[in-house]
Amino acid sequence: MGGHTSNYVPTSRWGKWLDERLPIARLMQSSFVDYPTPRNLNYLWTFGGILTVCLLAQIVTGVVLAMHYQPSDAGAFNSIEHIRRDVNYGWMLRNLHSVGASMFFLAVYIHIFRGFYYGSYKAPREVLWILGVIIMLLMMATAFMGYTLPWGQMSFWGVTVITNLFSALDTIYAGLGTAIVEWLWGGYAVSGVTLNRFFALHYLLPFVLTGVVGLHIWALHVVGQNNPTGLDIKQPSDTVPMHPYATAKDSVGLFAFLILFAWFAFFVPDYLGHADNYIEANPLVTPPHIVPEWYFLPFYAILRAFTSSFLGIPLGQYAKLCGVVAMFSAVILIAFAPWLDTSRVRSTKYRPIFKWFFWFFLFTCVALGYLGSRPAEGVYVVASQIFTVCYFLFFLAVMPIVGLIETPRRLPRSITDAVLSKSGAGLPTGATAAPESR
Amino acid sequence: MKKHLSLALLSMIAATVAVGSLSAEEAGHQEIERQKWSFSGFTGQFDKAQLQRGFQVYKEVCSACHGLKRVAFRNLVQPGGPEFPEDAVKQLAASWPNQITDGPNDEGKMFERPPLLSDPIRGPYHNDNEARASQNGALPPDLSLIARARDSHREASWYIHPFLMLGDILNAYQEGGANYIYALLTEYSDAPADYKLTDGKYYNKAFPGHQIAMPPPLSDGVVAYQDGTPSTVDHYAHDVVAFLSWAADPSLDQRKRIGWQVILYLIVTTGLLYLGKKRIWKNIKH
Repeated sequence: MGGHTSNYVPTSRWGKWLDERLPIARLMQSSFVDYPTPRNLNYLWTFGGILTVCLLAQIVTGVVLAMHYQPSDAGAFNSIEHIRRDVNYGWMLRNLHSVGASMFFLAVYIHIFRGFYYGSYKAPREVLWILGVIIMLLMMATAFMGYTLPWGQMSFWGVTVITNLFSALDTIYAGLGTAIVEWLWGGYAVSGVTLNRFFALHYLLPFVLTGVVGLHIWALHVVGQNNPTGLDIKQPSDTVPMHPYATAKDSVGLFAFLILFAWFAFFVPDYLGHADNYIEANPLVTPPHIVPEWYFLPFYAILRAFTSSFLGIPLGQYAKLCGVVAMFSAVILIAFAPWLDTSRVRSTKYRPIFKWFFWFFLFTCVALGYLGSRPAEGVYVVASQIFTVCYFLFFLAVMPIVGLIETPRRLPRSITDAVLSKSGAGLPTGATAAPESR
Repeated sequence: MKKHLSLALLSMIAATVAVGSLSAEEAGHQEIERQKWSFSGFTGQFDKAQLQRGFQVYKEVCSACHGLKRVAFRNLVQPGGPEFPEDAVKQLAASWPNQITDGPNDEGKMFERPPLLSDPIRGPYHNDNEARASQNGALPPDLSLIARARDSHREASWYIHPFLMLGDILNAYQEGGANYIYALLTEYSDAPADYKLTDGKYYNKAFPGHQIAMPPPLSDGVVAYQDGTPSTVDHYAHDVVAFLSWAADPSLDQRKRIGWQVILYLIVTTGLLYLGKKRIWKNIKH
């Protein structure tokens, strides 16, 4: 892939024979063995590998779970209990899969914020970034439908609330929203029919996801990895071969991450879920608080921030529509980051003003997450509205404006220079080594 | 710009703190006290003797109204549970008051028979409607999952919240449901003078809304323990909650045992991989 040509040499006759017909070993060698990676990657760059493992783990545990699961109104909840109690190590598969979803999102959010901090979305990585946003959207859809499958109270009411969002379209064209919602449900209410189709899609989407991940990795290998300095690779000394250097680091990061994963899966498997989901779905009883999984909370807070008025602006009948549009825009907007950010400096390390906004944006997202878990009343609504504005301002004002007014710190001449000046060995040439100088 | 932001942020924080503490009080939120359980934390395991006593309490008190349909008699024999002897459980099943509806037989008729080891522990009612009809409209829930289907939340201001969460994660706290049920079983009292109690309901501090259809199920001496454990409500409640926690999570012992093996393996491997990585990168400045 990419501009890098492999130094693969077949060592056997069979290898040579295959290489002339299907150079798959050559492709693997050039993509994952002698592929040049920046020498200064830190542990935040191990999350790509971690995410690949998360996806594979979800598929493997998911396929086995699907062998014991029954996607029906009467059977779903019971089959989960059957898995937990009667299937050999079913409790472990189930915990690994449900905790795995949370770990997948934890890793993907770290991966995305790493991209924001080091400017990984900027040219020439726009397509790579957009593919990433598509992956996140697919993950969200898959996780949402997966959460339906246990068919507990929170599953049922979560689906009811979220699918009902589309009914907001009724305010644009009477009947449109209702028609879409009924089409999604396969009836006039959430039922076993809805569950069955969600199961089908929940099984399908991860394979679509895998395909897009393939494109994501392809795009990555065309343009090359970004790195903590944000500088392009300029000379061979800027890079090391992927194997054994990056692979060694990736495996340390992966196993450290697995410790956290195992802690949740084996010691606090219920911590990230809701007790209400151990009550079988009941269309006649609404739980007191309907809350999505933690990874949806920031977006949920944005959705609920649009009450009958937004920071004093009356919304009237359009409140719900505004909330829905805002929630989806909050995700879609991320895809436009490459064009919203006007700074040509990639890494936030060299951006003295943007740095503060980055950390405030991270705080905004955490705050929205907290607010999403609170009941939508009183000061929580006002706070949600303020932070929703902060969220959108980050993309629509901070990114374009800061890039124009900010004087970046002086960039090192190359990755090699930056590395050598940091470790103190071998003085780099001239003033390029002093990143603090203006 | 920055000044404005921090000002807005500060006022937001102040408002959140003020209203956060208010709303907790307004809701009349009952803080559920955390009990000591043998199975709590990341090393806790079930106490076999306690599970056996807890089953006795379930059998002699709770089973009058509540079923345990996701637990089969055979589960009472399995490792990690009460581990009763198989013969004793066979006899127990044969004499269980709530029969299993089976059939159709050769004449095409459904019939009732005593449960076998493989059958679920059924409650007295065949369905929810029958239960409601004989319980004044209230439905005694099946208890198989009750310890996981309930939770007790701690209210705290937003700046305390992350630390409580971290503490719970590090302590492997999973006993919110157990603590809630313990509180529910022990916190019956007379209603305060200004509280209007519906006829046929009982005042309970732990129950949301404080009025519950279940009469106080436990009182000192109702169950005669064989092993010398004092026959008090406190002991009954602890024991039956331990039993229900097992019923809701029968793989807990095995889960934590395997969990430690997995965690230790991962820690050692991470350490080795780190040493390998250091060695590989030794001559490369990065």
